[in-house]
Amino acid sequence: MVDLDARGKSTREINQSLKQFAARGEEVHLLNPQARHNLGVAIFHPFQLVIEGSVGYFAASLCDGPDISIRGNAGWAAGDNLMRGRVHVAKNAGASCGCTIHGGEIIVAGNVGARCGISMKGGTILVGGSAGYLTGYMMQRGRIIVCGDVGDAVGDSMYEGAIYVGGKIGVLGNDARLEDLEAGEAESLMEMLDRHEISAKPAFKKIVCEGKLYHFDKLELLERQVV
Amino acid sequence: MIETTNPTWSPDVIRDIHAKADLGRYRLGSYCTFQHVPHFDDLVFLSTGLTRFPLEGYREKCETKTVLGHRFAQEPLELDIPIYISGMSYGALSRNAKTALGLGATKVGTATCTGDGGMLKEEREASEKLIYQVLPSRYGVDPHHLIGAEAIEVVVGQGAKPGTGGMLMGMKVRDDVAEQRVLPAGIDQRSPTRHPDWLGPDDLAIKVEQIREATDGRIPVHIKLPACRVSDDVKLAAKCGADAIVLDGMQAGTGTSGKILLDHSGIPTMAAIPAAREALQEIGLYGEISLIASGGIRSGADVAKALALGADACAMGIAALIALNCNREIPESDFEKEVGVPAGSCNKCHTGRCPVGVATQEPELEKRLHPEDAGERLANFLNACAMEAALLARSLGKGNIHSLEPEDLAALTIEASAMARVPLAGTERVFGS
Repeated sequence: MVDLDARGKSTREINQSLKQFAARGEEVHLLNPQARHNLGVAIFHPFQLVIEGSVGYFAASLCDGPDISIRGNAGWAAGDNLMRGRVHVAKNAGASCGCTIHGGEIIVAGNVGARCGISMKGGTILVGGSAGYLTGYMMQRGRIIVCGDVGDAVGDSMYEGAIYVGGKIGVLGNDARLEDLEAGEAESLMEMLDRHEISAKPAFKKIVCEGKLYHFDKLELLERQVV
Repeated sequence: MIETTNPTWSPDVIRDIHAKADLGRYRLGSYCTFQHVPHFDDLVFLSTGLTRFPLEGYREKCETKTVLGHRFAQEPLELDIPIYISGMSYGALSRNAKTALGLGATKVGTATCTGDGGMLKEEREASEKLIYQVLPSRYGVDPHHLIGAEAIEVVVGQGAKPGTGGMLMGMKVRDDVAEQRVLPAGIDQRSPTRHPDWLGPDDLAIKVEQIREATDGRIPVHIKLPACRVSDDVKLAAKCGADAIVLDGMQAGTGTSGKILLDHSGIPTMAAIPAAREALQEIGLYGEISLIASGGIRSGADVAKALALGADACAMGIAALIALNCNREIPESDFEKEVGVPAGSCNKCHTGRCPVGVATQEPELEKRLHPEDAGERLANFLNACAMEAALLARSLGKGNIHSLEPEDLAALTIEASAMARVPLAGTERVFGS
């Protein structure tokens, strides 16, 4: 594993180095990230990156393929728009964690802020602790697993996908409803917790879309005639 | 003489109340506002006399080359004409329409823009220069596509419907559109208006930097604003690191929106440009940040007037669709039968029943639009607009279209004088100043 020291380097220099290491498939150990924003952006190769410390906004964002471990906290929008790969945050993550992801896995050992998984289009977000309000807001596909509590408006305006909550649920969001887990679903969740060494083993509740917001109730006369 | 039609309770108002009484919700609209607002027709150029000498209108060169986004980008967007195609989504428009827009824009050396539905392969192949939009929904946003674009446009809002996202009714959310947007097929899709990963300008500045990191700082990052509180918004967009600011006035188009927003929010494009220019001048960034005007741009005259007021370029939406064939009866179409109105009066984009294959997802209707032919028509139209603008510039003695300036204009109405900050025709007076 190559050591890359962020001190004295611009964010552009760090990211360009990471892209080069990724293209060569060399594993990188990034030292002294100093909670900078935009570390590990647009990496399109499956390579391993360990960031030794906390990061700012948009860490490991717009990526496709890498396995990025953040050994600290992450600011807003960690893993933003991940296509494939894995992002692991050892401590807590801020708001909009895993927003708009299409695939891959985001694992946060601690807590996450508001709007976790907002507009996500696939993939999995696993939160070892609790999540803030509007978790899964407008999520379109994929799954969010929160071992602890979630705040209010969970699953508000979601389209598809599922949110699993191990702890207390605030108020359900618009068009969200509780649903029983299907056969084998609980086992699958436990397997995932084991795989990511999360010791909590709660009885999960499942939240899905009710589908009442899918359509306008009525069309105008001319629209009805035309359509 | 007292009018027989009551101006307060006109037939249109009565119809509107009846429609809402039946529906129990806001009405939907397409195309653009139907409000009468001051527009570029309320301005005229003060061409030549003894104080200004014209260039030969049909012979001498007038430069139309346009460079956008040179503030920070290593590779600014270079266009042969000061007009490009606004972002319009695949979904709102057909695949053939998106392809035609790319083909037409490329023929005249300009750019097109993706819209709220991600990028189509055909669109990319047809477009030598493609602006990739990052909207609140992030439908279809693929980082591979993003880094391959010639510019990125972060959409804060749209002039047609400031403060809300677009809509795509279920009849247009067919399987491939649904899959591209990762939505259940057939739903009435309502796009979000707030971005998922930033809320205010301090966050947006970091988002802009994220895009620069993804693209290694090569290409410009535009910020598109709806024209509302223009002065403050432009200054904030500048602070966020925009290479270019797209200012979308209230006459801008939309595939579907709440009609109430179309008619009652935002300010006219003509009023927005001078406010933006003055804001950039105030912070010393006029000329450094490119200013792009959109919303109701219909001709070379509109382009020239927008440039004279302070824009570096214009983006066209509806006009480009009309050039493709929107609102034109063609042998295969029957507007009266298919959408209930004659060609020339159609604004039924939201129904997905476009008789000429532009704003539809129905395969049989889409076949009526041939991308190559439509692209040719668009190229002709864009070329005509560039020539018109250049003709006006030459009449003012300008050898470069970007030399047009506010003092080249006069206003025909007091309102236009106040909004455009130019004198009322025949006077020295700028109203409202």
